Amino acid sequence: MMTHSEALEVLAAHRRDHVVITTMGSVGLWPALSDSPRDFHYLPSSMGQGVPLGLGLCLAKPGLGVVVLTGDGGLLMNLGCLVTAAQYRVPLYVVLIDNGLYEVTGGQPVAGAGRTDFATIARGAGVGRVYSFDTLDSWKTGAAESLTGDGPVFVWLKVAGEKGKETPSAPRPMAEQIRRLQEAIGEKAR
Amino acid sequence: MTDGQAVVGAFEAAGFTHLVWVPDSHLGTWEEELAGSRLAPIRPCREGEAVGIAAGLMLGGANPLVAMQCTGFFEAGDAVRNVAHDLKLPLKMIVGVRSWRAFRMGKTADNCPHYAEKVVSAWELPFDWFDPATHTPEALAGVVGQLRGRPGPGLILWAE
Repeated sequence: MMTHSEALEVLAAHRRDHVVITTMGSVGLWPALSDSPRDFHYLPSSMGQGVPLGLGLCLAKPGLGVVVLTGDGGLLMNLGCLVTAAQYRVPLYVVLIDNGLYEVTGGQPVAGAGRTDFATIARGAGVGRVYSFDTLDSWKTGAAESLTGDGPVFVWLKVAGEKGKETPSAPRPMAEQIRRLQEAIGEKAR
Repeated sequence: MTDGQAVVGAFEAAGFTHLVWVPDSHLGTWEEELAGSRLAPIRPCREGEAVGIAAGLMLGGANPLVAMQCTGFFEAGDAVRNVAHDLKLPLKMIVGVRSWRAFRMGKTADNCPHYAEKVVSAWELPFDWFDPATHTPEALAGVVGQLRGRPGPGLILWAE
């Protein structure tokens, strides 16, 4: 099984000019791989709101590709967001980092850990393109296809659970992140 | 009396670009007029989700309005706190207060009216009241325009 870090390394190699929204554990790893103004570390956050945030950005900026990195704990708090996103033909790429844990709170298992079929949930929600990868090699092979083309797309990455990691923090204050992102996508900073 | 046509017209005139909303039996009467409007209606599954979508829209330069019943506002508390006070985005909302008129007459056991204003105040969101049964369309245009013009977050409590 791939690690969370390995999964993100593959994503970094294929993100192109997509906006990448990180949440929770990914906030702590992504800055080592990328320092693009199109990176948006959604922290402080409201858990489970990464996908809606990405969808809103897609709807405001037609054609803008947006990758949302969400954990299984966060997605489970807001599963309806997949149904909402499936209503729109937007280049939204939901990348689920499924480690079966609430990593940030100390590694407690999420509800249904190891039993929940997120691919079936995404398909049932109406998402037309759904991919599952549980090895690093398969993710390397499928990343380019899954992160391009019509969306929304749901990518389920099964990664090894890790305990004892530090609570992540965003590399920049929120106001600076917003200014950088808006300048990068051609919006005047507020 | 303020009908759906006046409501949607006020939203358009104020410059809102999207309406992210979960209808209730009062707000839901706007559906037909919205279908033919310049506003892009967005239908989420839950109210907190509506707030997250609005945040993304604002990051992308749009001017969304979020509409929901107070029960949904109660559910959406953390999302509202995050967008208004962490991200400091100018979140604009209309919150329908269920049973407000009956509450004022002492004719309901619904506790929504008791809590709605208290919860909005707890989140430190500036607000105005609007009652479509007694206020005019001109008054609506004024209160919606004022909401849109606020530099920060704010909302209208909508009497039901």
